[in-house]
Amino acid sequence: MKEEIIIAGFGGQGVLSMGKILAYSGIMQNQEVTWMPSYGPEMRGGTANVTVILSDDRISSPIVHEFDTAIILNQQSLDKFESMVKRGGLLLYDPNGITAPPTRTDIAVYKTAATAEAAKMGNAKVFNMVVLGSFLKVKPVVKLENVVKGLQKSLPERAHKLIPVNEQAILRGMEIVERLMPES
Amino acid sequence: MVAEIIKPENIVYAKSKMLTDAPMHYCPGCSHGTVHKILAEVAEDLGIQDKVVGITPVGCAVLLYSYLDIDWVEAAHGRAPAVATGIKRTNPDLHVIAYQGDGDLAAIGTSEIIHACNRGENITVIFINNGIYGMTGGQMAPTTLIGMKTATTPQGRRVDINGYPFKVSEIMAQLPGTSYVTRQAVHTSGAVRQAKKALKKAIEKAYAGKGTSFVEFVATCSSGWKLSPTEANKWMTENMLPFYPLGDLKDS
Amino acid sequence: MSELRLMKGNEVIAEAAIRCGCDAYFGYPITPQSEVMETLMELRPWEAGGMVVLQAESEVASINMVYGAASTGKRAMTSSSSPGISLMAEGLSYLAGAELPCLVVNVSRGGPGLGTIQPSQADYFMATKGGGHGDFHLIVLAPSSVQEMHDFVFLAFDLAFKYRNPAMILADGVVGQMMEKVALLDPRPRRTREELLKEAGSWATTGKSNRTRNIITSVELDPAKHERFNQKLQAKYAEIREKEVRYEELLCDDAEYLIAAYGISARIGQKAVELLRAEGVKVGLFRPITLYPFPAEQIAARARQLKGILCVELSAGQMIEDVRLAVGNGLPTAHFGRNGGVIHSPNEVVEAMRRIFEV
Repeated sequence: MKEEIIIAGFGGQGVLSMGKILAYSGIMQNQEVTWMPSYGPEMRGGTANVTVILSDDRISSPIVHEFDTAIILNQQSLDKFESMVKRGGLLLYDPNGITAPPTRTDIAVYKTAATAEAAKMGNAKVFNMVVLGSFLKVKPVVKLENVVKGLQKSLPERAHKLIPVNEQAILRGMEIVERLMPES
Repeated sequence: MVAEIIKPENIVYAKSKMLTDAPMHYCPGCSHGTVHKILAEVAEDLGIQDKVVGITPVGCAVLLYSYLDIDWVEAAHGRAPAVATGIKRTNPDLHVIAYQGDGDLAAIGTSEIIHACNRGENITVIFINNGIYGMTGGQMAPTTLIGMKTATTPQGRRVDINGYPFKVSEIMAQLPGTSYVTRQAVHTSGAVRQAKKALKKAIEKAYAGKGTSFVEFVATCSSGWKLSPTEANKWMTENMLPFYPLGDLKDS
Repeated sequence: MSELRLMKGNEVIAEAAIRCGCDAYFGYPITPQSEVMETLMELRPWEAGGMVVLQAESEVASINMVYGAASTGKRAMTSSSSPGISLMAEGLSYLAGAELPCLVVNVSRGGPGLGTIQPSQADYFMATKGGGHGDFHLIVLAPSSVQEMHDFVFLAFDLAFKYRNPAMILADGVVGQMMEKVALLDPRPRRTREELLKEAGSWATTGKSNRTRNIITSVELDPAKHERFNQKLQAKYAEIREKEVRYEELLCDDAEYLIAAYGISARIGQKAVELLRAEGVKVGLFRPITLYPFPAEQIAARARQLKGILCVELSAGQMIEDVRLAVGNGLPTAHFGRNGGVIHSPNEVVEAMRRIFEV
């Protein structure tokens, strides 16, 4: 198994930490992982993106030019990364703020209204976990139990009380994700 | 007859055991040799030979390690305070003494000396100020007096071109990290006795963890100044000392 | 036993420094490696282990603090990025001239000048050929993964002390900034004073009790003596070249072409090899792990079966000079690499192979 994922959105949406939790979950099930962020001034308030690769075997390049999955959280990122999804790959996006939705028909496109869902849950901070849940519903590359283990490992002790609410958010994400069928 | 006179009970003065037998390479009348001697004597008095590391500069005193029988580290030009910091931070039980000239400390090494003193490194810095670059052939130093002729100020130092002579000890005394800042000289036996006391106090205070001790020596460079040793002492007294007055600037 | 963690390359440098019993770190902030000192300050190794961590006023001061601590036999290190390493050039030459062991980490970025904070591999010449005045070499290790960032801290200190020579980890912004799974070795305690004296007492300036004094210096005004000293240094480098070459080959047995690359370019190159192999192109990866000593004989031995070598570097082509020296002019060698902070993608490497060697 190898999954090459780009997660992209605004700084502050939890893009990097979502990638980190995904990577940690991979470690919990004995996978090789890489987490490669964009860094520098562009991260301060602008767009943020991270490439996460999970694999059963040694990972060659942490830099890839096409992705199995793109998780897209704003319009700029959609514009930039839609074309970089492998044919037959997955594009998952949150429609919040998207004015020009994806148009490709050779990939599977899924939508998760995570922003709205997190607001409904009264906790904007779990937004990225809702998105993660949606992704794992479509592509169960890591088991939920390993995500919880990953959270335990990556969060400081004092934050462990937040794990149940994060788990709940992941489950909500799994419920709300929906496939968009290409218009024929 | 002579053999009868040379007896331990008749000794009134002897070379410090800390000084090696290597002949010093300094020019006649140079202050370095005298400062080395009192450093050796003070180290011997304090009984620190086994737990002192000295740092030699780039400049005339680069070969200082040949003359004092202690462990030495030869530093890059101006970097002695950083080297001393590295030694002292990792070896708090050692006495660490950096020895620098005016080009080394006050020109190329200004950053290192200011920050070491400002951090209050528990080291002793000996600063030889003779207002000239001796080793490279008598060029202007930051401490060269106005009007003083050097190889790079053949018509004399001019403020409009070269700026002002740099009063280093006055700056070091301003820094909260220094605990003892003093300006000494070794041109008379009285001055030597005074300087020895100051140097001893400096080393003791630094070792006690009070902060940085900074001991400036206003010094002669008869070759660089193109004067005889006696004339150099006189010139120093008349010209250098009014601008760089002797005495403690800070003792806290 | 080892502990598994997800860590950034820069963070793991700090963690490995503590675990390998490093005595002191001196540094100055510069992107993209500031996390090294930040992590150390967070972990406070002085409390439990007595390791000194100090933010210096400049890279010039950092390297000279390293020089001071190393003079006393301590395991001292610094880290920086390209412009900061330029400032350390003088200190590196002094360290080599005084035969002092230490570790310098360069998480390199795009230059010249202030350049960019984005990743680059344009410091190969500086690390392997220059990095200061005089006839000297650093031992240069090039990690291509976060695990190697960890492992090479241990290895670099071991080699530095074995040969009394400064060692450099030449990383790049990608390896410094990315996170990967890393197995952390159990901490080695810092050496006791007795252990330090056993290892370094014959030369270190620890205070001259019960021995003749030790002097750390690189000055020798007598040319004849200085020539002899230089010959001794050269003999040491020859021994390093003979014994310490490290490299990796992937899918080279039947290869007709080679991608030669180190650090992050080797990872990208490996992906290109995977893509090309899927198309049936017989290509392998040759990855120098030690850049000094360069695996010249090893790549030359491999060259006999080849039709061409593509050197992939995030630079205008620096390591390629060593490859050409090793394999000679008989074999086509070409460079491909983005630079100035742009990172080539695996498919760009594939395209370069197609364009240059018509595979």
